[in-house]
Amino acid sequence: MTGVTLFGLAGAILAGCGVYGLLSAGGGLGRILGFNVLGGGVFLIFGAVARRGAAAGFHADPVPQALVITGIVVAFCATALALALLVRLREVEAGPAPDDGKRETER
Amino acid sequence: MSLLFDAALCLLLVAGALGVVTARGARRAVLAFIGYGLLLGLAWVRLDGLDVALTEIAIGSGISGVVLLRAVRAVPEAPRPGTRPLAALLSVGVAAALSVMVLALPEPAPTRAHDVAAALPATDLGNPVTGVLLVFRALDTLLEKVVLLLALVGVWALSRDPSWSGRPAPLSSEPASAPSAFLARVLAPVGLLVGLYLLWVGADAPGGAFQSGAVLAAMGLLLLMGGQIRPPRTSSPRLRLLLLAGPLGFLAVGFSGWATAGVFLGYPPGWEKPVIIAVEVAITISIAVTLCLIVLGPPSAEEGT
Repeated sequence: MTGVTLFGLAGAILAGCGVYGLLSAGGGLGRILGFNVLGGGVFLIFGAVARRGAAAGFHADPVPQALVITGIVVAFCATALALALLVRLREVEAGPAPDDGKRETER
Repeated sequence: MSLLFDAALCLLLVAGALGVVTARGARRAVLAFIGYGLLLGLAWVRLDGLDVALTEIAIGSGISGVVLLRAVRAVPEAPRPGTRPLAALLSVGVAAALSVMVLALPEPAPTRAHDVAAALPATDLGNPVTGVLLVFRALDTLLEKVVLLLALVGVWALSRDPSWSGRPAPLSSEPASAPSAFLARVLAPVGLLVGLYLLWVGADAPGGAFQSGAVLAAMGLLLLMGGQIRPPRTSSPRLRLLLLAGPLGFLAVGFSGWATAGVFLGYPPGWEKPVIIAVEVAITISIAVTLCLIVLGPPSAEEGT
């Protein structure tokens, strides 16, 4: 077995860990972390595929690598937005802030 | 020997991932996730994906880590349910199915490397990943810039009505301590240089707009933490110009591609490299400012301050 296959298999196991985190987490933060672990595993499988595609003087196929770079940034965007929603939800559940009170009672 | 290293790295990665999903307490889980991201970056180095390794460590572990640590403080501790046998069974199933697919990958491996190698000389770029990102799959990169901007709009939209267009909350409530102010003064110029170097070298060697933008954003956050600069007002026209420079500059080049190269997102023949560098500079500025503001969160301070 080569190191590349090893990383592919590790990616598969990481994706499994991510699915477990996504399903079993008690709160939103745990689910967001599970989603990111899952993403990391899928990206690593992409990495193994890219490394296998080494040809034409490149050490790895650049197309999957570029896709993963885009994927990492989009996953970060989703994570940041989800966390901001989670924090705001917590604020709403904790009750209206003093400076927001008038606005709330007017409704 | 290197196989042994790879095996040890894979075991550490799996241990890190298990640590994230089974950690007791949100803070521990986030710290485990930051470590997991660093290990993932190392795995990418072993897979000859240096550009991806830089992005994973800077954005996937670094900036994500800061956002997560800020969220941990604000979100209450969730009750930890016991082990879920059904969830565990399903996860093992997913891992097993993916493993079978990895082992069944076709031989010889399909690759687009030949196409990239054939088309790359026309762009005058030396780094094939930059070539794919900014030339062959430029539409992906353009849309990704828009996604980044939309994420920031989404974060800002969560502010309270009275504080809309105000400043985001500072990163720490008490004034910066002397050591962190000193660190910001000493490290920020060095980091700025590293960021600009990554941008410049990205045309021919690992590096590029994302990696550079993430380093520059980190330096901005360091200056904010050290109390050297204040969070900007979100209504500032100059700030909004910086945010829009990348996507709009890229779009402008894209539309002018119809006139100069006959296709959307085509680069003018003979001028590929200078135009690509100009687009990279514009999107790097926008990435750095957008990442920084996403970490800072929705505007919360009152109007008068």
